[in-house]
Amino acid sequence: MNKIFLIISREYLTRIRKKSFIVMSILGPLLFAAMFVIPIWMTTRESDEVKKIAVIDSTMEFINQLESEHQKNLIFVYQPHFTLDQYKKYMKNNKEYDAVLYIPRILPYSPNSAQLVSHGQINFSITSYITSKLETLLTEKKMRALGIDNFEKIMESAKTKISLQTITVSARGEKKSNVEVNMILGYLLGLLIYMFIFMFGAQVMRGVIEEKTNRIVEVIISSVKPFQLMMGKVIGIALVVLTQISFWIIMTSTLVIIAKAVLLPDVDMTQLQSAAPQSIMSSSGSMSGMQSAAPAMNMSEAQKAFAKFDTIPFVKIIGWFIFFFIGGYLLYGSFFAAIGSVVDSETDTQQFMLPITIPLIMGLFIMFYTLNNHDSSIAYWFSIFPLTSPIVMMARIPFDAPNSEIILSAVILILTFIGAIWMAGKIYRTGILIYGKKVGYKEIFKWLKYKH
Amino acid sequence: MNIFEARNIVKAYGDFTALDNVTVSIPENSIYGLLGPNGAGKTTLIRIMNQILMPDQGQLFFQNRPLKPNDVFAMGYLPEERGLYKKMKVGEQALYLARLKGMSKNDALKKLKYWFEKFEIQSWWDKKVEELSKGMAQKLQFIVTILHEPKFLIFDEPFSGFDPINATLMRDEMLNLKAQGATIILSTHNMNSVEELCDNITLINKAQAVLEGEVIEIQNRYKPDIFEISYKGDPQIFQRSLNSKFELLEQTGRKEIYSAKVKNIHASGDNELLNLILPHVHVTSFTEILPSMNDIFIKAVESSNKN
Repeated sequence: MNKIFLIISREYLTRIRKKSFIVMSILGPLLFAAMFVIPIWMTTRESDEVKKIAVIDSTMEFINQLESEHQKNLIFVYQPHFTLDQYKKYMKNNKEYDAVLYIPRILPYSPNSAQLVSHGQINFSITSYITSKLETLLTEKKMRALGIDNFEKIMESAKTKISLQTITVSARGEKKSNVEVNMILGYLLGLLIYMFIFMFGAQVMRGVIEEKTNRIVEVIISSVKPFQLMMGKVIGIALVVLTQISFWIIMTSTLVIIAKAVLLPDVDMTQLQSAAPQSIMSSSGSMSGMQSAAPAMNMSEAQKAFAKFDTIPFVKIIGWFIFFFIGGYLLYGSFFAAIGSVVDSETDTQQFMLPITIPLIMGLFIMFYTLNNHDSSIAYWFSIFPLTSPIVMMARIPFDAPNSEIILSAVILILTFIGAIWMAGKIYRTGILIYGKKVGYKEIFKWLKYKH
Repeated sequence: MNIFEARNIVKAYGDFTALDNVTVSIPENSIYGLLGPNGAGKTTLIRIMNQILMPDQGQLFFQNRPLKPNDVFAMGYLPEERGLYKKMKVGEQALYLARLKGMSKNDALKKLKYWFEKFEIQSWWDKKVEELSKGMAQKLQFIVTILHEPKFLIFDEPFSGFDPINATLMRDEMLNLKAQGATIILSTHNMNSVEELCDNITLINKAQAVLEGEVIEIQNRYKPDIFEISYKGDPQIFQRSLNSKFELLEQTGRKEIYSAKVKNIHASGDNELLNLILPHVHVTSFTEILPSMNDIFIKAVESSNKN
């Protein structure tokens, strides 16, 4: 037993000392945190930046009308006496204005004739604001011409905004659910398991090939059992992954907490629960906030986005994530180790990779399907089938898959990886001692029958 | 006393029989040569001794009791296909391999220090293995093999890849180890080193042991009964002095110094030949030609292939 610890610690230490591990450990959480924080940050940042826009209003109808209290970062300077050409010339050498809005006399009759001239690419939120503002003003004007006064007030009272709350009912009672957040979470978790199995399974394979091509394997198995060497490698790499994941979890949550504190000071998160069912995507751009220009909003989109995460059962999800990762990794990792043992170099692995790649990729696609149909029978069966269950089940767990199904899937996965390890061990111990010979499936099946 | 015995070992890989009822007995404190053409089954036998492979049939004994899994710690093995982790540092790697053989960290460090000083390679400790030359790596492998002071050592083609200086160093160390009481199995194609080092051999051909015994005894068994005689005198008289029991194979030389090869046809005494020629020529040297292990190897393999 002592020996396997030596092997595990060698596999572990040589990998966590690598530069790539350190880089990934730091970049990973930054990427994750960025995924959550940047959209939120963007919304807050845009409102700070002030843009100055010159308005050449030939109709003279919109002067001092474009401003709104929700859009304080746009300053409109009305210059009705200049022509557009004069301004274009002026702007070539002058950056006083970020853009020039040209409203021709014919605008009420020709809606496509307004122009926005700028130095660089202009922000989408600005164009959409100007468009909607002009639309509102023109509509109002036309309405007034038809004899309807107080248009704005009428519209205000008539306008209705729906925010759909989703609630799941189960034996344990009812519970608010976040369909969108669950989808994103399920997607991320399934994808992460897929990526980890592939990345680190391939690392196991490369490690085995390295030992074989270095010709150190026979030296080692004269001191330890081949099975110990194989499992030492598989477990050592698993620990590397777990180290990396826990590092990521700690770093990401720290970064998110810091971001929360910096971006949203003085917010009591418990008050935000009711905001949760809204789409997380609405916070990724400021445009929806602008288009609706909803004055009824009590809190910013950013606050809502954070509030959504507080309704997720993180402990349960992380726990199962680690379980399904380990299970899937042990299952596929032992296959990868067996492949590594039968080839002489990485280029020879192609023919054996297919039976591993197919169920993995199938799992990924069924995972995508599961996100929209998490209670379908396809989702059910593939979350039980051990070769796809780590990926597919992870997409179901955020949707509150029944515990009995999760446990059934877990037990089948455990039994399968025990069988897989046993089989891989048999292939491995014969394979590592065979050099310079192309081995086919037929031969490998023969090895399974060998006595050792 | 035999330190290791393998009795009636049979090992097959599917339809291919690698070892067919092979028995070897290795006397304690000897150097035992394991010879045979490529693919004869030597490496399989070695791997069975190391418990890397299990025999299909047969028994294994170590120090007169059945072989146990823990006996690998009393063995050192330098395989033919040998290497090191390229990216690992020399010292770290040596320590790792030593600890896999059951040594404590402190003990391993102490002994590594001794050997690194002896081979004058202390400066390599923090180098990566990929920076070492092939010969340097072989030295390191040798140290790692013997570091835990095993009683029983197996060297599979130990001299391949060595320059003559390092090969001599290895050879001397092997003799040292034997002097300190170790038993060594030497599997090699280098017949000179067999003659030089081995006390006993087994020759394996096509999965079977076809020749075994002490090197001197085997050489005697295979000797062609040819004597090489250098003498001063007349070659004609020399030739005439031989009787029908002896056949002159060749004579070379000039100006009264000649060298002759004479075959003893009926294997009668060496002295009789001397008695025949001494009255006629002045003998300066008289030696029996012993067969080289190389010749014995070829002869034994050929005759076993015919059967």
